[in-house]
Amino acid sequence: MPSTVPGAVLLALLIGLPTVAGAALLVARPARGATAAGVTTAAATLAVAVAAAVTRPASEVALLAGVRAGFAVDGLSAVLVVLVAAVLLAALVVAAAEPDLRTGRFHGLMLIFAGAMLATVTATTLPVLLMAWEVMGAMSWALIGYRLDDRAGTRAGTVAFLTTRAADLGLYIAAGAVLAGGAGTMALADLPGLDGGWLHLAVAGVVLAALGKSAQLPFSFWLSGAMHGPSPTSALLHSATMVAAGGYLLLRTAPALDVAGWAAPLVAWVGVTTALVLGLVAAVQDDLKQLLAASTCSQIGFIVLAAGAAATQAGALQTVAHAAVKSLLFLVAGLWLATLGSHSLTGGLRGAARRHRVLGAAFSVGAFALAGLPPFGLWVGKDAVLAATPAISPVLYVTGLVAGWTAAFYAGRALWLVWRPAAGPVTGSRPSRLPRPAVATTVVLAVAAAAAGLLALGPAPLRPQPAPQTWELAVSAVLAGIGVLVARRYAERVPAPGLLMRWLDLEELAQRGLARPVLVLAGALARVDDHGLARVPAGAARATARLATLVTAHGERGVDRAVAGIADGARALGRAARRPQTGQLHQYYAQASVGFALLAALAVLVLVVR
Amino acid sequence: MLSLIVFWPALVAVALSVVPARAGTRVFAGAWFATGLVQLGLVAVVWAGLPATGYGSVERLAWIPSAGVSYHLGVDGLSLPLLALTAVLFTATAVYTLRGIARPKGFVLLFLALQAVSAGLFVALDLILFFLFFDLSIVFMYFVIAGWGTGAPARRAALTFFLYTFLGSLALLLGFILLALAGPRFTFDIPALAAQNPLADGGAYAGLTLLVIGIGLAVKTPLFPFHTWLPPAHTEAPAAGSAILAGILLKMGTYGFVRIAMPLLPASWRQFALMAVVLGVVSVLWGALVALAQTDLKRMIAYTSVNHMGYVLLGLGAAGLVAGSGEQARTLATAGATYQMVSHGLITAALFLLAGSLHERGHTYDMTAYGGLATRIPRFAGLFAVAAFASLGLPGFSGFIAEFQIFAGALGAVPVATVIAVTGVLITAALLLLAMGRMLPGEVRVPDAPGTPRPFPDLGARELLAIAPLLMLATVLGLLPRALLDVIEPAARSVNDLVAR
Repeated sequence: MPSTVPGAVLLALLIGLPTVAGAALLVARPARGATAAGVTTAAATLAVAVAAAVTRPASEVALLAGVRAGFAVDGLSAVLVVLVAAVLLAALVVAAAEPDLRTGRFHGLMLIFAGAMLATVTATTLPVLLMAWEVMGAMSWALIGYRLDDRAGTRAGTVAFLTTRAADLGLYIAAGAVLAGGAGTMALADLPGLDGGWLHLAVAGVVLAALGKSAQLPFSFWLSGAMHGPSPTSALLHSATMVAAGGYLLLRTAPALDVAGWAAPLVAWVGVTTALVLGLVAAVQDDLKQLLAASTCSQIGFIVLAAGAAATQAGALQTVAHAAVKSLLFLVAGLWLATLGSHSLTGGLRGAARRHRVLGAAFSVGAFALAGLPPFGLWVGKDAVLAATPAISPVLYVTGLVAGWTAAFYAGRALWLVWRPAAGPVTGSRPSRLPRPAVATTVVLAVAAAAAGLLALGPAPLRPQPAPQTWELAVSAVLAGIGVLVARRYAERVPAPGLLMRWLDLEELAQRGLARPVLVLAGALARVDDHGLARVPAGAARATARLATLVTAHGERGVDRAVAGIADGARALGRAARRPQTGQLHQYYAQASVGFALLAALAVLVLVVR
Repeated sequence: MLSLIVFWPALVAVALSVVPARAGTRVFAGAWFATGLVQLGLVAVVWAGLPATGYGSVERLAWIPSAGVSYHLGVDGLSLPLLALTAVLFTATAVYTLRGIARPKGFVLLFLALQAVSAGLFVALDLILFFLFFDLSIVFMYFVIAGWGTGAPARRAALTFFLYTFLGSLALLLGFILLALAGPRFTFDIPALAAQNPLADGGAYAGLTLLVIGIGLAVKTPLFPFHTWLPPAHTEAPAAGSAILAGILLKMGTYGFVRIAMPLLPASWRQFALMAVVLGVVSVLWGALVALAQTDLKRMIAYTSVNHMGYVLLGLGAAGLVAGSGEQARTLATAGATYQMVSHGLITAALFLLAGSLHERGHTYDMTAYGGLATRIPRFAGLFAVAAFASLGLPGFSGFIAEFQIFAGALGAVPVATVIAVTGVLITAALLLLAMGRMLPGEVRVPDAPGTPRPFPDLGARELLAIAPLLMLATVLGLLPRALLDVIEPAARSVNDLVAR
C-alpha cells in the first residue's frame, strides 16, 4: 500500500496525540490543569478519529528486517477509533467529578491507555499490534493500582497484568509462526495464507491472546479484581479498551479462524459459554461493580461468538452497543460511589436512582439496554450475532438465547434495586452537587446506548449479515421482558451459591495450580544455586589448596629425596673413581697391563669378525 | 581515531594521577564526566563515517609480527553500538559519582582505566588484543569491588569474581592459540582468520576450540551453570561498579560470540548451535526463576541479567541452525541478540543505579524493609517503575524490540525451545511486578536507624541526570528501532553469511 503523506500525518496524530500528551502529563505531573489538558487532548483525539474514520488513511514505515510497522483505518477500525476516542472523552469528563483523579498521573495514564488501543485497532502488522496490545496491559496495571495507599489495588493490577500477559505470549509465538509460515511481512491480512502447521500455531496464539485480553473463560477472573481501579478507568477498560481489544482481534482475524478449521467453532463455543456462565455470575452479585464486570465478560462473549461465526459486522455492532451501555453504567456507578460511598445493591445503593432523577434515568436506560429490551442497542446487537449461529449449531443459538435471558435478569435486578425506596434514613452528601458536565455526559451516553441499534441500518461495517429475522428479534424481546419481570420478584431473594459469588474460584485455581508451584520451584532452584552451584567454585578452590598441601607434604619430599639421592649417588661414584689412584707405581703398571690386554683382545676380535 | 577513543580515558587518568587526592570528588568525577562527553563526541564522529559493509576507521600496526599479533582496530555494526553504549554508560556513572564517593581519586582512575579497556575490547580486531582488554577488565573490576564494596564479604566476592572470570579468560586464551595454530599462516588477526576459515571442515579439533572459547565466554556472559559469581559480585559492588559490570562487562562475553565464535568457527557453530540454544533457554528460565525467589533487590536484578543474556544465546544459536530457517529469520535472530546487548546495558545499568540510590538512603537491599515509596519518594518510584517495565520487555522500550526479534527469528528453527523461552517473559514480569508491589504502594515504611528516623529524600538532580537519560535512550530505541537496526542489520547479515558458508 503506498503511503500518502496526509494519511500518515492523520495516523500519526491519531496515535501520537493521546500518547505524547499522556506521556508529557505523566512526566510533568502539573499541580493544576491536568484535567483541562486531558479533556482537551481527548476532544482533539475524537476530532482526529472522526477525520480518520471518514478519510480511511493508511501508512507504513520500516520497523525490523523485512517487517514494516503498518497502520490503516478500514471499516472495522473506523468504527473502533471513533468509539475509543468518544468513550475516552466521556470518561475524562466524568473523572473531573472526583478530586483525587484530577492529577497528571491519572490523565496521562488514561490517555496512553486509549492511545494504545487506537494503535491496536489500526495496526496492520503483528509487531505493532503486539506493542500497542501490551502497552495497554501495562497501563491497566497502573490504573487498577492507581490508589497508592491501596495494596489490594496493586495486587489486583498485578493479577490482571500477569493473566493477560500469560495469554499475550500467544502473540509472541504467533509472530514467529507467521514468519516461519512464509509471511515475512507479518501482515495480519496474510494470516489465512500461512503454510501447513504454522497456520495452526499462529491462529492458536492469536486466539489465546484474544481470549485472555477479553477476559473470556478461563481467564475471566482478572476482570473481577480490576474493579479496584477508579470508575472512569473501569468505564474505559470495560467498553472500549482491553476487553474490547480481544473481541476486536478475533473479529479482525476471523478469516484465519475459519481457514484453521478448529478455531472458529472453538471461539464460538468459548464465547457463548462465557456469555452464559458469567451471566449467571453477574446475576448473583451484590456489588454493582462486580455485577457489571461479570456482565462485561458475558456481553463480550457475544462478540467472541460473532468472530467464531464470522459475523464481523454483527460483532462490531455489539461492540459499539455494549461500549455505550457499559461506559454509561460504570460512570453512573462511579458517581454514586463518589456521593453515596457504596457499591452494594442491597445496601447503600438502594433507592439511589430516586435521589438524582437524571442520573437515575440515565442508569435505567443503560439497564434496559443491557437487559436486551427493544428498541435499545444491545437488543439488535446480540440478535444480529445470534442470527449467524444456527449455521454452525442450533445449540449455540439456544445457549445464546439463554445467556441473553440471564442478562435481562441481572440488569433488571440492578434496576429494581436502585429504584426501591431506601430502607433507612438517607445519609451522605447531597447528590445535587454533582457537576453538570458529568451528568450531561451520562445523558449523552444514555442517548447513544438507546440509539445504538439504529446503527444496524447505517454504515456498512455495522450492517449485520445475515440480518436477524423479525421473529428472532421478537422472541428475544419477549424473553428479555420476562427476564426483567422475573428479576423484580427475585431481586432481593436471589439464591447466591458461593461458587458463582466467587467467580467460580478461577483466581484461586490459578493461584494454586500455577502461581504457587512456580514460586515453590523458584525457591528450590534458588537453594540449588546458593548451596549447590555456588559452592562448586569455592569447592574447586578448596580442592586446589588441598592439592597444594598434598604436593608440599608428599610430592616435595619425594623430589627432595630424589635430589638428595642423586647427590649421594654422585658422591659414591666420585669415591669409586678415586679408588684406582693409589699413587703406587706397580699398581699403575698392573692397571695399564690389564688395559692393554683388553685392547689387544678387542683388536683380535675386530680382525676375526672382519 | 579509534586509538584516541580507546586511550583518551587512559590519558586523562595519567594526567589526573598527578592531581593530589585531596582535590575532592568534584574535580575527579567532573574530569571523568568531561572525558565521557568527549568520548561520546568521538564515537559520534566514527558513527557518522561507518561504511555500509566491512570495518570502518581501521587502524593497523605491526606489534609482535613473529607471533602473528598486530595492533588492529576497527568497528562495524556489531561493535559500534557497544562502543557507543560504553561511552554512554561510563558518562552516566560519572554523573552519578559526582554526588560523592569515598577515596574519589582511586575510584575515578580505576573507572577511567576500565573505560579504556572496555572501549578497546569492542574495537579490537586481533585475538590477543581482545584477550588483553578482556583480562584487564577483570583486574580493574576486581579492585573496584574489593576497594569500594562493603567490607570483608566484598573482598571475598571480588576474589570469587576474579578467580572465576580469570579462569574463563585462560580458557579463552587456549582457544585463541588453538585457532591461530589451525591456519596455514600463524595469525591472531580476526578478519584474516575469518577470511581463511581454517576450521571450515569442523571436526574434533574445531569442536574442542569452540568448547574452550565457549566456556571462556560463557563464564563472562554469564550462562548457566557458570553464573554463580555474578550475584555476590553485584551485591557487594558499589552502584557504579554494578552498573558497569552488568552493562558493559557482561557484553564482552556475548560480543565474543558474535565477533569470534560464530565467524571464526562457522562449521562447529552450526554443528553445536543446538547446544547454544539449550544453554540459552536454561539460562533464561533459571535466571528468571531464581530471581523470582530473591528478596534482595540487587541479587534479583543480577539474576535477571542471567535471564536476559540467555535470550542472546537463544538468538545466536538459532541463527546457527542454517538448515532450519530462512535468511530473514536468521537476520532477525542475530540483530535481536545484538539489540539485546545494548538494551540490557541501558536498562540494567539504570536499575542498578536506582538500587544504589535506595541503599544509600535505607542501608539495605532487602525489599521487604521498604513500603510506600511511591508516596515517600515519587521520583524514585516513577523511574523504578519505568526501568522495571523496560526490563520486563514492555513494548515501547528497547528490550521488547530485542526479545521480539529473537523469538520471531528463532521460532522457525527451534519451536519447542522458543516456546519454553517465551515463558521467561512472563516470569520476569511476575518478579518485577512483585518487587514493585512490595516497595512502592501501601503505607510508608523505610528502615530507620534505632530511635532516629533517617532523612529519606527523593532522588537528587545528579541521580536524575544519570538515570533518566539511560531510560530515555531505552525508550527511543524501543520506539524508533531503525536508528540502531540500520547499523546492526548489515553486520548481522554478514555474520550470518560467514556462519552459513
